[in-house]
Amino acid sequence: MRPLTEAETRAVFEKLGRYIGENIQLLVDRPDGTYCFRLHRDRVYYLSEKLLKVAASIPRDSLVSLGTCFGKFTKTQKFRLSVTALDFLAPYAKYKVWVKPGSEQSFLYGNHVLKSGLGRITENTAQYQGVVVFSMADVPLGFGVAAKSTQECRKVDPMAIVVFHQADVGEYVRNEDTLT
Amino acid sequence: MGRKLDPARKEKRGPGRKARKQRGAEVELARFLPPGKSRLSRPGGSAAAAGAGLPPDPPPVFPQNRRPAAGQPPRGRSGFSDDNSKLLAPAKAKKIPSKGNNMELSSDGEVEEGSWEMEEEEEDGSSDEMVDDYGASSSEEEELLPIEKAALKQKSDRGGLSEDDSEEEEEEEEEEEEAAAEEASRQKMGQKEEESTDLQLNLDIDEQFKLPTDEQIERETSPPDLHIIHQRIKGNMEVLQDFVVKREEGRTRQEYLALLRRDMAAYYSYSDFLLMKLMDIFPLPELINFLEANEVPRPVTIRTNTLKTRRRDLAQALINRGVNLDPLGKWSKTGLVIYDSSVPIGATPEYLAGHYMLQGASSLLPVMALAPQENERILDMCCAPGGKTSYIAQLMKNTGMILANDSNAERLRSVVGNLHRLGVTNAVVSNCDGRQFPKVCSCLLWGVLGGFDRVLLDAPCSGTGVISKDPAVKTNKDEKDILRCSHLQKELILSAIDSVNAASETGGYIVYCTCSIMVEENEWVVDYALKKRNVRLVATGLDFGKEGFTRFKDRRFHPSLKSTRRFYPHTHNMDGFFIAKFKKFSNAIPQEQKAATPSAVPDTVREPQTKKRKLEGSKVDKEQKPPQPALKKRRSLQAQRRPLKA
Repeated sequence: MRPLTEAETRAVFEKLGRYIGENIQLLVDRPDGTYCFRLHRDRVYYLSEKLLKVAASIPRDSLVSLGTCFGKFTKTQKFRLSVTALDFLAPYAKYKVWVKPGSEQSFLYGNHVLKSGLGRITENTAQYQGVVVFSMADVPLGFGVAAKSTQECRKVDPMAIVVFHQADVGEYVRNEDTLT
Repeated sequence: MGRKLDPARKEKRGPGRKARKQRGAEVELARFLPPGKSRLSRPGGSAAAAGAGLPPDPPPVFPQNRRPAAGQPPRGRSGFSDDNSKLLAPAKAKKIPSKGNNMELSSDGEVEEGSWEMEEEEEDGSSDEMVDDYGASSSEEEELLPIEKAALKQKSDRGGLSEDDSEEEEEEEEEEEEAAAEEASRQKMGQKEEESTDLQLNLDIDEQFKLPTDEQIERETSPPDLHIIHQRIKGNMEVLQDFVVKREEGRTRQEYLALLRRDMAAYYSYSDFLLMKLMDIFPLPELINFLEANEVPRPVTIRTNTLKTRRRDLAQALINRGVNLDPLGKWSKTGLVIYDSSVPIGATPEYLAGHYMLQGASSLLPVMALAPQENERILDMCCAPGGKTSYIAQLMKNTGMILANDSNAERLRSVVGNLHRLGVTNAVVSNCDGRQFPKVCSCLLWGVLGGFDRVLLDAPCSGTGVISKDPAVKTNKDEKDILRCSHLQKELILSAIDSVNAASETGGYIVYCTCSIMVEENEWVVDYALKKRNVRLVATGLDFGKEGFTRFKDRRFHPSLKSTRRFYPHTHNMDGFFIAKFKKFSNAIPQEQKAATPSAVPDTVREPQTKKRKLEGSKVDKEQKPPQPALKKRRSLQAQRRPLKA
């Protein structure tokens, strides 16, 4: 376990910023203590400083997970955000998409969101903007990338993709093994 | 498992509860029986009431009766749930002819529930024997001859009832164990006609459960006929309940018990070893309930994740999806029990969003006993698959710190998955061997942090409490497995105790729990911990559940073991569980039976238990007696820190 280097920090914050914008500051400075990021076996973990001491005292081979895993660095040092970060993205998300109940299941299976399943979308969402996907009951389902800007979404036909799927909570069941 | 009632025919209903049930059946049967025999199936009726004589020849009637009566519902038999009545229906069906035999003697149109019940209770065993006879006859052709022989014989000696006769008859006939049942049934039939000496005759009949001789056992055909075995179990239990009266001369209790064990092993598919252990723990009627309960799965329960939702909202959301649920009970504010559901409970969007966790009801209890407070440091030594850890986190509201450890890396993946899904942020997951914890923590944790406030140890066990989930446990556990588990648990509990800081302001508690009902894994381990460390047992805070044993066979445990709790599938409808809560009152590790310092208190309390302890309790000098050299070695690090007493 080690702190992130400059380059790594920049990559992580840039990715996070695509979904929550400047609210990253809220992630670091929280009322209930300082939180920080740590790297362990190519995965980025977000944890409170209280956990640091304990985590540090565990042998590196035995340490499996600390706090919340946000994502991992791929072999070519690109940062990939995982669904486990959803709890922190959802409250601070700047651009949100709500999905109709009928196509909730489809999104949870890993499919993209089509225009027919689109319930609401935040105004002035740019194309290829990072968005967080919610169900109509405001339950966060995952996140993705807007395939069309809000204006285009109104005009496009029902079978067109409006949100590219990136991660969804169904992965807890589908890909349980690869979470860690 | 109801009777196949023809709804088109509405029967006239007379007064009385039983009349409503059975009158209809009687009319049903009337369709099948020859007109003169319709009285046979009438229910209720005083056994003592003088009635008509037995119809000319009962045996030919009974085979006919069996088929239509197969649909009859079980009549208020205790100990068997409706789920089991499918298993037992054939036996019950065979019972009906015997009842029918009784019924026909009641006065017409009169239903006396009280006497009917009494009749049923008293003659349970014996009527089973009689039924057994017909069960046998249905399965083996050659039995017809003895039956007919029996019927003829009975007709001839209707007036007399003597055991000698019956035994003579039995000796004459040479076949399997049904002989006993047969002649008992013959006796029974004769007795029913008497009416006047009913009670006494009943007693006589019950004695007639004769232990089959060894030759008869050997001659038993395989595969064993489960109905026969079941009847034999019931008969055997009857005898054992009232052994002095109902025993057979010359046969010891051990023989009855041995036969019962063999039968139960065959019927419920247990290994003999496990059954012997269970017979030590449970009294016999409870044992049957326990075995039956293990055949049926426990209800599905979920725990609301209060970090993300409320139980009320979750219940509403699930009901909207088509799930039938109820709150778990007064003792839990987060539990819900699922009766049935049109959607898979483990895959609803609420589940995926982390609003609830599928968890057995009994797994909520150790965490409730642990009662973690906010901003504490908790260690969960065997955390997979993470249900208890996440419950701890939700009770702490994501404050403080939890160290979730498990020695099995495969299962840790589910821990990580569950913790992330449920939104637990204050947990560190590690993959250490639980026994290493004092070493791992000692240098840094003790020095820097000072140990944990509370420890939860859900020790790996033989799993005898969760047989309904994993029936393989019935056969694959033997003495070695239990002792191996017990040894591991003892090591783990010492490590757990050593990892707790007794001086913590809010804590200093260790909760030890297993999903097993074996005394070797539960009370024995707890007692061992009491002897070896400066801990004492405190109340778990759970007001229901059976108290743990303070003595078992030849072992005597510390009296405070009464505060531990045992839970059983048949009494609490949750998985078998054992929970003990310790409070550590001193960080010092007592050397072998050292008397001085804090360990003086437990020593004096435990002195009455063994003479050895008394002797050593008074000694001041430390005795270098190493009963567990391995343990001593591990503690040598701590020992060096302490000044040795000369």
